[in-house]
Formats: sequence, structure tokens, C-alpha cells
Amino acid sequence: MTQLLTVNNLSVNYGAIKAVQGVSLSVNRGEIVTLIGANGAGKSTILRTIAGLEKVASGLITFENQGFNRMPSDKRVQNGVVLVPEGRRVFPGMTVQENLQLGAFSVKDKHQVHAAFDTVYEQFPILKARLNQDAATLSGGEQQMLAIGRALMANPKMILLDEPSMGLAPLYIQKIFDIIENIRNRGVTVLVIEQNAAQALRIADRGYVIESGKIIATDTGEALLVSDDVKRAYLGSDVLIK
Amino acid sequence: MSNIIQQLINGIILGSVYALLALGYTMVYGIIKLINFAHGDVYMLGAYFGYFFIQVLHLNFFIALVLSMAVSALLGMLIEFVAYRPLRHSPRIAVLISALGVSFLLENGMSYFYGSDKKAFPQAIRTIQYHIGSLQISNIQLLIISTAITLMILLTIIVQKTKMGRAMRAVSADQEAAILMGIDVNRTISFTFAIGSALAAAGGVLIGLYYNNIDPLMGMTPGIKAFVAAVLGGIGLIPGAALGGWLIGILETMTQAIGLSDYKDAVVYAILIIILLFKPTGILGKNKREKV
Repeated sequence: MTQLLTVNNLSVNYGAIKAVQGVSLSVNRGEIVTLIGANGAGKSTILRTIAGLEKVASGLITFENQGFNRMPSDKRVQNGVVLVPEGRRVFPGMTVQENLQLGAFSVKDKHQVHAAFDTVYEQFPILKARLNQDAATLSGGEQQMLAIGRALMANPKMILLDEPSMGLAPLYIQKIFDIIENIRNRGVTVLVIEQNAAQALRIADRGYVIESGKIIATDTGEALLVSDDVKRAYLGSDVLIK
Repeated sequence: MSNIIQQLINGIILGSVYALLALGYTMVYGIIKLINFAHGDVYMLGAYFGYFFIQVLHLNFFIALVLSMAVSALLGMLIEFVAYRPLRHSPRIAVLISALGVSFLLENGMSYFYGSDKKAFPQAIRTIQYHIGSLQISNIQLLIISTAITLMILLTIIVQKTKMGRAMRAVSADQEAAILMGIDVNRTISFTFAIGSALAAAGGVLIGLYYNNIDPLMGMTPGIKAFVAAVLGGIGLIPGAALGGWLIGILETMTQAIGLSDYKDAVVYAILIIILLFKPTGILGKNKREKV
């Protein structure tokens, strides 16, 4: 397997706060990798830094052997890395179609954009039915599908998902995890953060456990799922019963 | 009665120029939440560029209008690049003060280099008065309103139908999410300044032709009135700027018509205070909490 993304000894600061301290991780082509950990552990910061929204204090981010540290966000999107942000962040006051068109902003070839529309419609028929509706009027689950569909419009090689199931109805949560597996089966590599850690580990090839800005454990999804330490610390007692 | 209609016509003409200016205020506010106090001075410079192209280079009026818009667009981008972009991550008040500084620089710079006296704007188009019953309207007035409406239609097409227009709306709605789409935010902001400045320049050239003279401080009062127009219509909303511009224009001519010429500016400021007190989001604005 070839390494697609490598994060080497990454540190990120918010002012005086050290949000991420010397994190190293890698994602291979075609994998689903998940980051789990408590709120405020630094998971979101890692994803945001890979997408170029936060500055690297030290360390190295490489994608397909290209240095990402100083690359502006829009160039990272052109290179095939797209972040679906926490809270979905669809553009209110713009239609579903316009939101999807914006997702393809970095794609120059019109045929590719058409093809991407077809793929997204096929994956999310509900979006096709709501094309001319204001994105703000969609339900939470529909908005999340729009946010993921919008990211797929850029024809990414890798998609970064920040809490995709947060705040969704249970019916949608399962759907979102099916969608993530589906995305990977289409050849897009996935790095996902989930508070719903048990479910994330079930679909993940590998996982990293993060605590206070550091990686404290890494293993396959299955192994982490049954690891007692992880269960106690991050999954909560209700998950143990399942 | 016919007097009222006549004043209404005059108000709409004047309001068209305010509307062109207000569009720039509202677009810039929409995208970087800045009240660009230098905007009225771009309008002034637009008028001077028009003066230069017609008086010195003897160009046709319409060519001069388009060239003046193009040069002002570049000037707007330059102002943004030099005075606002370095302050992108500073508190809003810093950018506001920078805008005031640019305004003073342009006004005093023009006074210094070209004199503070009024210059006669060349009459590139001979004025023809048309009489319809007791009403009269000139070809210049018709030119102002038709140019303003044409530019507004063009702007609407750019904002609603083009890729750059979608990027502008995305950056206004959620800058960070726009970055994640692969949009170059700096380029988009630059483009917004270009469009806004071109519209202001068109207003300046048209008003030069209408009033026959220009001076380095001609942008001050119309600038503030256009700002009030943008707030009245709902700041950040493009249709609101057009509506506000026309309303302020009509109100100003009506105030003059009833013999209160000395108070025409005071009335506009009184309106600003009333809107800010009772409906700060403006006529078309929805009451929405600003996202933090």
C-alpha cells in the first residue's frame, strides 16, 4: 500500500495553547482512518491544519510526496484534499445546486463537473429532488449529505470528515456511515473524526487515539474497538453494553 | 401635481447615481464587513478619469465612461491590496481607520496635484430637453438612468450566474467554508472591489456630465448619502442598495421642492438615525443575529 498522506511530528498552537503536540500519522491510499478522542483533544485541529485552515507550528505535512506546510488552502483542494467541516457549513441563501457548483470550484474541465454531478445525484437522490431549494431549509441529515456531496464535486483523492454524524437523527447516522464506506469503495481515501467512536472504528481500517494533543495509541479499527483502555476512556459505558 | 411628478423624475435620476455608489458600499460590506469610507473618493476619481479621457484625449463619451470604469476598477483593487489586505486579521476598527486614511489621501492628493477648485466637465454630449406635457426630461437624465439600470442588470448577471459571482456570495456567506471549496478569497475580495469601484466611477462620470463640474471633494457628501442608502435598503443586500439609492434621491429632491433646500442633507442623516434606531437591518434586511 502506498502512503497518501503523512503527518510527521506536527504541532499546532492557538496562541499560547498547544493544541497539537508532535502528532505523527499516515493514511494509505484507499483506507478509512479514524481519529478518536475526547472533546478538545486536538482532532479537529489536525484536520483543519491538513486542510490549511490552521498554521503549522512545527512538523511536516506531505500529500503524495508534496509538502503541504506552506501551500494555500485552495491549492490543497486542487491537489485533491477536501475537508467537510464540522457543522456542515452549507451556504445559506444559495440553492442546493449552487452549493454543489461551488464544490466544483477548483475543477476547470466542464465534462468533469458534469460527471461529478451525476455521481453525486446517484449517491444522494434526495439532493437531486431538492436542487432549487435554499440549502438552509434542508434538514440536518440532508445538509450533511449536501456537505459531503459538495466535497465530492471537487473529485478529491482524499476526503477529511469532521464529525459527520454530529447532531443527526439515528436514522441518518447509519446512513452517513454507509456513505463513508461507499465513498471509499469509489476509490476516495477517508480520514474521519467521530464522537460516535464505536461506529467509526467498525468501518475504519485503522484508528488513532488522541489525548491532549498527542497520539496515545494506534491500531486496526477492530483491535481498538475491543481494547479495554480505549473503551473505558473514550467510548463510554453505554457502548460497552452493545 | 405635475410638479410632484417632475420632482419624482429628478429624484430617480439623482437616486440612480446614489444607487450605483451604494452598490459598492454594500458589496464590500457583504464580503469583508468594512464600511469603505474611501468609496466616495473612488467616485470622485472616476469623474476625474472621465474628465481626462474626454478633455485631454478627446475620446468619445461612452469610451471614456468604460475606460474610466476600468481604471477605477484597478484603483479599487490597489486600494484594497495596499490599505485593507494587510489588516485582514486585525480588528475591524483598524481597517475602518485605514479606509478613512485612504479617503483623506485621495481627497488631499487630488487637491494638491490638480488644485482644489472646480473644473468644468466637458460637455461631451449636447443637452437636449424633451417636453412631455408640462414635464421635462433631458437626454442626459435619460442617459443616467439607462446606464444605471444597464449596469445593475449586468451586476445581477455577474453575481447570480457566473462562477466569480457565486464565489463572491460564498465568501460573504461563510468565508472559511468558501476557502474549503478551493476559492481564493483574496482574489474574490479583489474582484469585489474592482466591480464596486467601476460602478462608483460610472456614477462619477455621469454626475460630472449632469452637473457640469467636478472637484476633489465631490465624493464626500454623495459618499455618505450612498452609505445611508445602503443602510436604508439593508447593508450587504444588492437589491437593497438600489432601492435605498432611489429612495434617498427622491427624498432629497422632494425636500428641496418643498423649500427646505438648506436641510436636504440633514434629512438624509435624520433618516440614518431613524433606521439605526428602529430597523438597523434596513428595509429588505431580515433581523438575524450576526454569527460569531
